Amino acid sequence: MTRLWSYGALAIGILYFLLPLYGMSEFSLRMIRGEYSLQAYYVVLGDARFQATFGYSVLMALVTIVFGVLLVVPTAFWVRLKLPGLRPYIEFITLLPLVIPSIVIVFGYIRLYNTSSWLPLTGTAMGTNILLMFGYATLALPYMYRAVDTGLRTIDVATLTEAAQSLGAGWSVILARIILPNVLGAVLSGAFLTFAIVIGEFTMAALLDRPAFGPYMQLLGANRAYEPAALAVIAFAITWACMGLIQLVTRFSKHNRVAR
Amino acid sequence: MAFLDISHLEKSFGLLRVVKDFSLGIDKGEFISLLGPSGCGKTTVLRMVAGFESPDQGAITVDGANIVGLKPNQRKIGMVFQAYALFPNLTVAQNVAFGLSIAGVGRAEAAERVAEMLALIGLPDKGPSYPFQLSGGQQQRVALARALAVRPKVLLLDEPLSALDAKIRVSLRTEIREIQQRLGITTIFVTHDQEEALSISDRIVVMNGGIAEQVGAPFEIYNRPNTRFVANFVGTLNTLAGVVVDPAAGMVEAGGRQFALGRALDGARGAALTLALRPEAVHLGRAPGREVVLPATITDVHFLGSVIRLRAEAAGASLSLDTFNRADTPPPAVGATAEVSFSAADVIVLGD
Ligand SMILES: Nc1ncnc2c1ncn2[C@@H]1O[C@H](COP(=O)(O)OP(=O)(O)O)[C@@H](O)[C@H]1O
Ligand SMILES: [Mg+2]
Repeated sequence: MTRLWSYGALAIGILYFLLPLYGMSEFSLRMIRGEYSLQAYYVVLGDARFQATFGYSVLMALVTIVFGVLLVVPTAFWVRLKLPGLRPYIEFITLLPLVIPSIVIVFGYIRLYNTSSWLPLTGTAMGTNILLMFGYATLALPYMYRAVDTGLRTIDVATLTEAAQSLGAGWSVILARIILPNVLGAVLSGAFLTFAIVIGEFTMAALLDRPAFGPYMQLLGANRAYEPAALAVIAFAITWACMGLIQLVTRFSKHNRVAR
Repeated sequence: MAFLDISHLEKSFGLLRVVKDFSLGIDKGEFISLLGPSGCGKTTVLRMVAGFESPDQGAITVDGANIVGLKPNQRKIGMVFQAYALFPNLTVAQNVAFGLSIAGVGRAEAAERVAEMLALIGLPDKGPSYPFQLSGGQQQRVALARALAVRPKVLLLDEPLSALDAKIRVSLRTEIREIQQRLGITTIFVTHDQEEALSISDRIVVMNGGIAEQVGAPFEIYNRPNTRFVANFVGTLNTLAGVVVDPAAGMVEAGGRQFALGRALDGARGAALTLALRPEAVHLGRAPGREVVLPATITDVHFLGSVIRLRAEAAGASLSLDTFNRADTPPPAVGATAEVSFSAADVIVLGD
């Protein structure tokens, strides 16, 4: 009986997720009246603005990931190693972006870094890009930190660090050759979430007036019928490809094959 | 000055004084064990030598140079941990080569050294394996090879055998000792297992409450313990309450018998003292050279194979004694009356 209920719940869940997806995919194929075609996809992919904004956002995502990893991995490592008492506070800080709306953050940025401020980042395109990257990194912080911290929990950070030190290793070698490879799976899932956040982000990019993918999607969605559906399907495909890649990487990192 | 010299080391964690005025000189190539109960400060001493803790006071010199100011990665001191601590993302060969690559040893030479080390620990074919594919004993041997590959000046081992099965523990400790002797490396070995310390050390430091209670060769520690703690912690001990009869002549009374210990005593006439005997110093029955004989009642018999461990009530105390098994003599029955004897020369007088 309980089993029946769980299957029922599962079925409802699957329907809840799959039906809209199915509907959207089906709709995206009907741009040419009376037949199924990939016309909407051709239009979207062929649009120069799609290519420009998507390229821009992918680049921003990669830069954000690199910055996030360089910020979070050493921090989480150091907190675990030397300041374990601070962990609850650090966790609280990394959770703040979830409760503070990004519009607040971006207005704060604009206040602080406008052209008449002490650090006029918004004065140049590059400066604004950097500001936007910081904003993205902030938004991704809760996910990135949590993923890395969980990854660190699976290894004996303190002893491995001391073993490496006794073999002559300094901090950069320990981070690059011992800590990072051992939390790679966690870093990748954090990176994937960062990627997803950056690709879909609208508020910050729009308010900082950068040519990102989020505002483009919004624009398209407001003005077209079939193309936004095609765009959404593409976005889904990218997401799933990322997930598959994470699976592959975890599968092929040899030392993880057996649970330790 | 000794090769590794530790002098007047002090360390507190908050209000807890963990290491108290600890001094020790270790010669080049010597194998020293720090032996003591859990929490007595063994690991803390070791970690100060390795550089993971800094002493509140005192000096540590290697080859005449003070290393207290140096970072752990500058000390050239190898360390093996209880938890193996192999890098899980690296193969066995890469683990062993880790320190070499940091030291800037060339690729060819490093490969050669790795092969040499893996041969030394008896795992020549395990280079491409990952740590999770090895047993605990194998992992610990790789950890040893990794520490030794960089040719450290001193090797530190913190309870390296505690996580292993009893059988592997015994074989691996012999192997560690053999490798240590072959390389002639100065070694500090931390353990709470007295048998381990007795069997492989040149000298043992018995620690209690952050203090080095006695330093000496295993034979000396076992047979001539300086303090009650050392006597009790190292080996099994029978104790008898006694009274000094004549301090100058070494006459004591215990269990209604008076006998001479053959050496002068500190206490005054009539002072109480504790006499101690190892199980192997007490014998069942009489024999020449064992001049003190006490009537006894057998209370417990454990047949262990080659050895029979008996418990007997004698002189108001419960004594543990070992006899060798002999096919023609069955062990005594529980409740049987018997005589036990010992030599006054084997009696240990316990101070405090
Ligand atoms: N980092 C530390 N902070 C606080 N107390 C510690 C620390 N390390 C060890 N201690 C305390 O110091 C004492 C000795 O510890 P340790 O040297 O590990 O003993 P052992 O290795 O002999 O078991 C213990 O009471 C332990 O709780
Ligand atoms: Mg310890």
